[in-house]
Amino acid sequence: MARLEYKIIVGLEIHVQLCTKTKMFCGCALSFAEQANSRVCPVCLGMPGVLPVMNKQAYEYAVLTALALNCETAEFTKWDRKSYYYPDLPKNYQISQYDLPLSANGFIEIPIEDPRLKTQDQRRTKKIRIRRAHLEEDAGKNLHTAGNFSQVDLNRTGTPLLEIVTEPDMNSASEVRALAVELQRIVRYLGVSEGDMQKGHIRFEPNVNLVITKDGAEYRTPIAEVKNLNSFRALERSIEYEVQRQLGEFMETGKTMEAGNKTTRGWDDEKEATVLQREKEEASDYRYFPEPDLVPVKLTKEWLADIRGRLCELPIKKQMRYVSEYGLSDYDAGVLTAERSTADFFEEAVAAGGEPKRVCNLLTQKGLKIANERGCNLYDLRITPRGVADLAGMAETGTVSASAAVTILGAMVDTGKGPDVLAGELNLIQKSDAGELEMLVDRVLAENAKAVEDVKSGGKKSQKARGFLLGQVMQKTKGQANPKVVSEIFDKKLR
Amino acid sequence: MQDELLNISCKKLRDSIAAGQISSVEATKAVLEQIKKCEGAIGAYISIFEEQALSRAKEVDNKIAGGEATGELAGVPVAVKDNMCTAFGATTCASKILENFHSPYNATAVKKLLAADAVIVGKTNMDEFAMGSSTENSGLKRTVNPWDVSRVPGGSSGGSAAAVAAGLCFAALGSDTGGSIRQPASFCGVVGLKPTYGRVSRFGLVAYGSSLDQIGPLTKTVEDCGLMMNVIAGHDPADSTSVDERTAPVCNYLDKLEEPVKGLRIAVVPGFSAGAEMGTQKAIGDAIDVYKKSGAEIIEVEMPYLDYAIAAYYVIATSEASSNLARYDGVHYGHRTENPADYIEVYTKSRAEGFGKEVKRRIMLGTYTLSSGYYDAYYLKALKVRNLIRGDFVRVFEKCDCIMMPVAPTTAFKIGEKIDDPLTMYLSDIYTIAVNLVGVPAISIPCGFDEKNLPVGLQIIAPAFTEEKLLRIARMFERETNWHSKKPSIIARV
Amino acid sequence: MTKIRKNQNEKIDEAIVRKVAKLSRLDLTDAEVKEFTGQLISILDYMAKMNELDTENVEPLAHCLPISNVFRDDVPGESLGTEKTLANAPQRDGEFFKVPKILDESGG
Repeated sequence: MARLEYKIIVGLEIHVQLCTKTKMFCGCALSFAEQANSRVCPVCLGMPGVLPVMNKQAYEYAVLTALALNCETAEFTKWDRKSYYYPDLPKNYQISQYDLPLSANGFIEIPIEDPRLKTQDQRRTKKIRIRRAHLEEDAGKNLHTAGNFSQVDLNRTGTPLLEIVTEPDMNSASEVRALAVELQRIVRYLGVSEGDMQKGHIRFEPNVNLVITKDGAEYRTPIAEVKNLNSFRALERSIEYEVQRQLGEFMETGKTMEAGNKTTRGWDDEKEATVLQREKEEASDYRYFPEPDLVPVKLTKEWLADIRGRLCELPIKKQMRYVSEYGLSDYDAGVLTAERSTADFFEEAVAAGGEPKRVCNLLTQKGLKIANERGCNLYDLRITPRGVADLAGMAETGTVSASAAVTILGAMVDTGKGPDVLAGELNLIQKSDAGELEMLVDRVLAENAKAVEDVKSGGKKSQKARGFLLGQVMQKTKGQANPKVVSEIFDKKLR
Repeated sequence: MQDELLNISCKKLRDSIAAGQISSVEATKAVLEQIKKCEGAIGAYISIFEEQALSRAKEVDNKIAGGEATGELAGVPVAVKDNMCTAFGATTCASKILENFHSPYNATAVKKLLAADAVIVGKTNMDEFAMGSSTENSGLKRTVNPWDVSRVPGGSSGGSAAAVAAGLCFAALGSDTGGSIRQPASFCGVVGLKPTYGRVSRFGLVAYGSSLDQIGPLTKTVEDCGLMMNVIAGHDPADSTSVDERTAPVCNYLDKLEEPVKGLRIAVVPGFSAGAEMGTQKAIGDAIDVYKKSGAEIIEVEMPYLDYAIAAYYVIATSEASSNLARYDGVHYGHRTENPADYIEVYTKSRAEGFGKEVKRRIMLGTYTLSSGYYDAYYLKALKVRNLIRGDFVRVFEKCDCIMMPVAPTTAFKIGEKIDDPLTMYLSDIYTIAVNLVGVPAISIPCGFDEKNLPVGLQIIAPAFTEEKLLRIARMFERETNWHSKKPSIIARV
Repeated sequence: MTKIRKNQNEKIDEAIVRKVAKLSRLDLTDAEVKEFTGQLISILDYMAKMNELDTENVEPLAHCLPISNVFRDDVPGESLGTEKTLANAPQRDGEFFKVPKILDESGG
């Protein structure tokens, strides 16, 4: 049995639907449409005589994203026609970019887990190179469910798409998934796309093959392009499936990569497998040529600087910063940076004086739970970053216990009132006055002589008895005694 | 009497209507009468909007009677080439594939005519999808030359030119991609202007060669051309290739029309023009003499790259056309074949049935020249040659105000004479085609007749966005001569 | 990507014409293929005239006008609505355009 080792090679072709208000070349709205073919005008319908006019916002969103992906942006960019015939492409050509795309040569940093590293502080990232990112228009939809015919809906035709092509730098299914998650996070952070994979706002097509080393020689398997992936899970599973399939195919046939033997496979979610798609009779000749109906774009230095000014701190940088600067756990940093609104809220609360770890706990244990239940973000709830900062401060000084603070946050959401008002109303203000508490402790000690003895005697019983006494104090104060202060008093009296 | 009415210019008609001397309804009725008399023989129109035109004319008359402000073409009956979308009637491009296509929108140029209160009488015949130089490629009907019904009216705006010449409308819109306004104007003895590329919006003009197409007027007089330009010229936000006000502001083309151009310097290209027929060369020579007598300086120049214009044009135009016509596929609008075996046959059979031969030929040519492996040799090469040709014009315009040459190597040829060999037909575009490649404006004005008594057109070419001066130069000739007043006898005879 | 011709200097022939017809989605009869082949040969030969010119250092001129940066604002305008959109449709199924069943999943 020959020794087989292999390396997985994956490149991604990604299409991101930009969330502009209108389509790329016409004023049809991109809002939700109840009826098919209701968001169509002569331009996106490709009627005789129509002409495209570029959406400025789409171009700026594209440049913004390119900057976030560390790409070089082109000073001069132009548009090209890509010809092919398909019912959801009414002009039978797509306006896209060929030889002078608006950006190229960037990278995206993805977080990768390395189990060999001891501390979380050494979280690693990997740079995946971006070959290019360019703008093009989306096609409509063909539906094949109705019988022995197909239906065409052109509502989506003309939606602005940012096509991003990576170099084949990914070497595992989890890396591919990490890139997908990170890219989704970035485009949502920038506000250029809703990025919902299920809705098709972001589409991934991996190109997978293996480099197999057998008996000291290297073999490359033919590349497979996978389509029809609607979730991160499907993306990851499809890579895993392809690896096994290609290994098996190589062991059986020894087939290697040659010019023109790249295949296209569709992902079947039910079977959890990729299926070879009908081979086209002949490969497409897209006959690219410059789009005569559109003029080129010149990106001046001033304009570029203006767009760059809208860049925000990238989520992965933010996440790493929360760990190193605030000492948050990797997990918590990830939760807080999953969405931009959460991170913004968190940072505003910290800026208002909230202790980061306490603010984090309040948000993760209560705030985000409620927001998720209601399908909204933190800013939509009746709390403010200032309010949360104040609440964190109250927990910090011991005015309320940490668990009480969580309860108060819930009440803040319900009533819109401030934390100090609610702490009072809910009787959650901790008693921290040592004098007052000492009197109470004396009473409890007096009433529970046996327990006092047990504490003083040391040993196993001591801890239990101490806990019991603390419980008694809490009962008498209806839970409002500051356990830290009580503990200090016990230390004094129970020596 | 009717003849007299039909002979007057748009401007005169508009002024008379505004002054209450004649109503728009009367003028429209006169045109419709003429159509009843001659259209059977000439075949200029694909659709005629009799009812709509009369009701529109009535509206305009009411507006005037009520003292309301009206537009620059108020009450004037005009025609529109059938490759410009109208939200009324069909827009066929003279093709079976769009025979029953009803556009939901108006082309910008049409919108402007309507806003100017013009009365649109009908859509005129043309070569299918504007591909041709004789209107013989129309997929729907035949148009003949009013001067000699055994001859072609020229193309592709043959219907528009014939309609203006025969009094079937007072003015018409045509489109010019390689000479399609100027050549039929020349063949039919009327005035035809191709504006600078980008001067008139292309929105709603069914695309043939996108980097070459322009809409322009066909009229009886130079003044009327200016009047039409006042209506249709200007920036359109719906057309990314229409020039903005800052780069090239629109002016009133009639303001200085009567002012001759002092110290006029005219370039002629003797080697090039020598390829025309004797009768044409003589008329052109005589025309240029008229300018010489009025004091213009005639400068002989060479424009060596003009010889390559046809080759470059047919690569660029057919490449763009093959892409522009891909949308006619029987799926979303237009003709669909019956009983296709699969969705691919919807394409292949609908297009085979709906397109005429010339259209198919140009689509095939364009697909070939853009295809993988041939792009550099043909398309890219043609774009470079285009730049060289532009260089010729830049050099000449540095020392001249305009260039004069024939419009076509011959006058109107016989129906069927050139239709069998496509290359022969292409070669007849020799004088008009470079102008489209470079995007400058050019006009054809009637300048005489050849020995067969067929009209000859003088072509005047000017630098970009100088239409105002171009019209003044043309008007200088019109003032000195009477060629533009000659009418085909069909108007009186029929 | 399949090239149409193996060698730039090869003369265009009927096989190539058939391939081009397929790319153009045109169903040509055998007679038409024959006729077009002859005509295309002579037209393309004429176009080869351009090879007489040295264009090594010449920039291609794709646009006549020296304009750039033409945009529109991201403001919604009017759509036609389903009925008007489908008004010219050769075949429709309710609110959809209708075509014979498409069996392969991807087009381009």
